[in-house]
Amino acid sequence: MIVDLPDTLTAKVAKTLVMLRKQGDVGGTARVLTLVVVTRPGREERAITAAQEAAREHPCRVIAVVTGDPDAPTRMDAQVRVGGDAGASEVITLRVQGELAQPNESLISAIMLPDDPVVTWWPDGVPEDVSTTPLGRISQRRITDASAEEQPSEALERLARGWRPGDSDLSWTRLTLWRTQIASITEQFGVHTLRDITVQGSVGSPSTALLAAWLQLALPNVPVFMAEAAGDSPLVGVRFSRRGGDVELSRPRGDLAELYLPGQSVQRVSMPVRSLAACLTEELRRLDDDVVFGRVLTRGLAQYDRSSVAPSPR
Amino acid sequence: MSPTANPLRDRQDRRLKRISGPGTLIFFGVTGDLARKKLLPAVYDLANRGLLPASFGVIGFGRRDWSHEEFVAQARVWVEERARTAFNEDVWNQLAGGFRFVSGGFEDDDAFERLGEVLQELDDTRGTGGNRTFYLSIPPKAFEAVCGKLNEHGLAKQSWQDPETGLQPYRRVVIEKPFGHNLDSARELNEVVETVFRPDDVFRIDHYLGKETVQNLLALRFANRLFEPLWNAGHVDHVQITMAEDIGIGGRAGYYDGVGAARDVIQNHLLQLLALTAMEEPISFNAAQLHSEKEKVLSAVKVPTDLGSASARGQYAGGWQGGEQVNGYLEEEGFDPHSTTETFAAIRLEIATRRWDGVPFYLRAGKRLGRRVTEIAVVFKKAPNLLFHDNTGADFGQNAVVIRVQPDEGATLRIASKVPGTQMEVRDVTMDFSYGTSFTESSPEAYERLILDVLLGEPPLFPRHAEVEQSWRILDPFEEFWAELTQQPEPYAPGSWGPDSAHELLAKDGRTWRRP
Repeated sequence: MIVDLPDTLTAKVAKTLVMLRKQGDVGGTARVLTLVVVTRPGREERAITAAQEAAREHPCRVIAVVTGDPDAPTRMDAQVRVGGDAGASEVITLRVQGELAQPNESLISAIMLPDDPVVTWWPDGVPEDVSTTPLGRISQRRITDASAEEQPSEALERLARGWRPGDSDLSWTRLTLWRTQIASITEQFGVHTLRDITVQGSVGSPSTALLAAWLQLALPNVPVFMAEAAGDSPLVGVRFSRRGGDVELSRPRGDLAELYLPGQSVQRVSMPVRSLAACLTEELRRLDDDVVFGRVLTRGLAQYDRSSVAPSPR
Repeated sequence: MSPTANPLRDRQDRRLKRISGPGTLIFFGVTGDLARKKLLPAVYDLANRGLLPASFGVIGFGRRDWSHEEFVAQARVWVEERARTAFNEDVWNQLAGGFRFVSGGFEDDDAFERLGEVLQELDDTRGTGGNRTFYLSIPPKAFEAVCGKLNEHGLAKQSWQDPETGLQPYRRVVIEKPFGHNLDSARELNEVVETVFRPDDVFRIDHYLGKETVQNLLALRFANRLFEPLWNAGHVDHVQITMAEDIGIGGRAGYYDGVGAARDVIQNHLLQLLALTAMEEPISFNAAQLHSEKEKVLSAVKVPTDLGSASARGQYAGGWQGGEQVNGYLEEEGFDPHSTTETFAAIRLEIATRRWDGVPFYLRAGKRLGRRVTEIAVVFKKAPNLLFHDNTGADFGQNAVVIRVQPDEGATLRIASKVPGTQMEVRDVTMDFSYGTSFTESSPEAYERLILDVLLGEPPLFPRHAEVEQSWRILDPFEEFWAELTQQPEPYAPGSWGPDSAHELLAKDGRTWRRP
């Protein structure tokens, strides 16, 4: 069911929610968190769809704050979606402009779930000092996306400068499958044989930089290089140069990665490019601080050699 | 392969899942129901979730005269039918590239010789590294033959060591219930398996223990402040553990007759659930700690002296169930019409610990019951009820925590609440704590988790032999008592909740079964 509330106040939205619950349109299922999505007009549907999909695993109340023109007349339009139209979640969209275009706690406090943690997600980039923004302050977890910025490297640096426990970025989440495979592969041959590592991808991509930084931080004695390479995704592959033959994991296209081991024919392993919803679902799985990300961001990025080398052909 | 050895695995890095290392999974009985409906789809789901390595092989071993290609084609049909995750052509092709079929019987030397060759071929071409997991999805009577042949042909032997990493390829074996039919046979069976495999390499699968809710039981008990202080004889009146099926025996005649509900279900699933419900808090979740708590509480289970009054058994009769006419057990096709095998069993146990002194645990299992459900109900003592005199006669205030294992995994809490609009009327209401029904949809199927745990060599969820022995120690006296009875198990109507004697079992103690 969809209820539109043009030119309204948060209290009226809260009343509508109570009314819908009494009518039985809002399910009695437990919700585990409030997910605030801060986005701009025209970009909200993609984010809301991803949030609804993530809510299948983590039932939540989604509050999408769509911030319009601060110079327009002050006004808020709301929409409440529940039941079949909202999947496992309930979605409240607040379109704000004018004085309200800088959303803060008071805008949404009447409709946040009691007790449950608050996660705020900025799908369109990285705000300056995200943890001290009005919504960042009330959130246990703050999720940004450096790769959605026009200058992703700068966004990453901005994030690193102001990083606080609880900050997290989807460019890190996109690496999880890569990191999982890499950890598993290195277990097979042991890291003591490594000479150096080359991360191949788009040099400006935050995921590529974070992967290199993670490797460098964990393996301080192994030089980590970066090589520009083209492919479907910003990160194309990782090559481990080692005694006893090089090992390479690469995913130039599609959902299958190729693994080259010395003396063996190429192996393929499922490593799907993950959707926005899949990444968000992973983010919502744990709400404790991601200290590893913090270390990689604040210390690791500075440590590896960022000058690009030529990719070695296989 | 200790987790700390790899600098890329940080204990604080909780995003990184462990994926299985290279290896080959060999299914004996690959054309059986379980392999078709659960095991192969679970293997595909694991691959699709990126939890299997590139270097992975699957060998089907069976009597069919199949080529590798025919096996792949058949397996594809099974996977497409049953897999939990969407079918992806690329993932399938990659996985199926490591599928092989070895045709032969369980005592066929040539077939085991061929199995050895295929294993070697996979090691060479797929890089499976000599790691082998033998999954015996076969009747226990064939265990001895298969284990013997594996041994003779040197397939289960720990062979070489990787000179570089010092790792030895593993040899693991997975066996399914029943683990014997009494204590002695369980010991024999164990001996057969453990002469070939090391005890730590034997994984006894109880798929119930892979269920999300069973693990959630541990979280509910030990991660909360609310329940544990009340989880004892001071507050708990009794515990009911139920596993009901709405179906009859159908095609499992050969297996079921002579086994019965108690051996089929109570000995393994229900006693494991009892152990998890009643055990003390383990000092950690590692396998050894968890096992020692389970073993401790199982060894404290008292077998009642008067077995007749502490048990009930029944056989379903024919009749109408849920809109269809069904056969009684004795009329099922291919059955001994005088069979005394029970299709329903209920027993009453006590646990001789300070925590559970005087608290009965009622266990029941049966076929053709009211509906399909497995649940654990911890029923608390009644509140003293000093204030609500006007409610005389009304039944309320007996709290219960119910953990629904299947279907619709979740938990409910039964609490008394005021009836709206009345003066001060009180009645019991049920609070349903599911983490959203949508959650269970995407939570991994039990077999996926268990297969992955076997491949990773992580045994916390698998019962050890000592637990199996304890379970038989508890059940054997009941079985022996029933075997001496001359009369037939009491008939019960299909779609009911068991024979009258089951209801009397609780009525004697002034209690009733919950209607699940």
